[in-house]
Amino acid sequence: MTARIGVVTFPGSLDDRDTQRAIRVAGAEPVALWHKDKDLKQVDAVVLCGGFSYGDYLRAGAIARFSPVMEPLLEQAKAGLPVLGICNGFQILTEAHLLPGTMLRNNHLHFICRDQKLRVENAGTAWTTDYAPGQEIHIPLKNNDGQYVADAYTLDKLEAEGRVAFRYVVRGEAADGCGNPNGSQRDIAGVSNEAGNVVGLMPHPEHAVEPLIGTGRTDGLPFFTSILKKLVNA
Amino acid sequence: MARVVVDVMLKPEILDPQGQAVQRALPRLGFDGISDVRQGKRFELEVDGPVDEAALARIHDLAESFLANTVIEDFTIRVEEVAEAAK
Repeated sequence: MTARIGVVTFPGSLDDRDTQRAIRVAGAEPVALWHKDKDLKQVDAVVLCGGFSYGDYLRAGAIARFSPVMEPLLEQAKAGLPVLGICNGFQILTEAHLLPGTMLRNNHLHFICRDQKLRVENAGTAWTTDYAPGQEIHIPLKNNDGQYVADAYTLDKLEAEGRVAFRYVVRGEAADGCGNPNGSQRDIAGVSNEAGNVVGLMPHPEHAVEPLIGTGRTDGLPFFTSILKKLVNA
Repeated sequence: MARVVVDVMLKPEILDPQGQAVQRALPRLGFDGISDVRQGKRFELEVDGPVDEAALARIHDLAESFLANTVIEDFTIRVEEVAEAAK
């Protein structure tokens, strides 16, 4: 039996089907979860996918954080259930205080959509073991509220504990996906919790798992093979 | 019935790109002498029953956990008199 990975659909989620597909391409079984579900259908891990949950009307992710499915998710994530939040999913995880900091409107006020170069800073989380530390990858980025902010104490703590999982690569020209795309503090693109089972990031690995689509590369696939390997070996 | 107003503002040390965009437009519109603009949110809550201490405490919890993100935002709460004629 292979690993079962849940993908939550909120009203306004956009990337649930792509995320399910990425999980299937990696060799695991995607399980559709609905925002009103009161249990997690005994999945081995959960992905909160991208989109604009509940229209992001209050703040990005703020309303989704209080939907019924988040109750068992919060409880089990604290007990070690692997959870990946991508873009809006990352915003939901910060609103739920599973991950520190929060997201502001992009500093230039534009929606941004491009292939983004990232550096893997921590290849030790549940979702990143199939990367090499320091590896640079290209995956798509698309968001409106992607500026990661936290107070200096929190940022220093994250750095000291190796919990900055991904950083935007800032050398070179913006045209090749280099540069900080949204003003995020310390070029942070993704962070993890203390235990490394909860990871959030702004760019979208699920759109780069097959050579025919996205960046034309499969740099996002190791997210899903990492978790699969962890669950199968567990 | 009473109205409680919750104002949510970004903390002073947090960059407000929306406010800055508004401020940059001001000279174009002929408004001089405005050196800074910060943009916030105002929530008007119509409350059934008396706005006593207990009700205000509940609204404080609501503002702290939901209406504002206290990582980046401050909030204030005040009770607004609703005119007799409007009742």
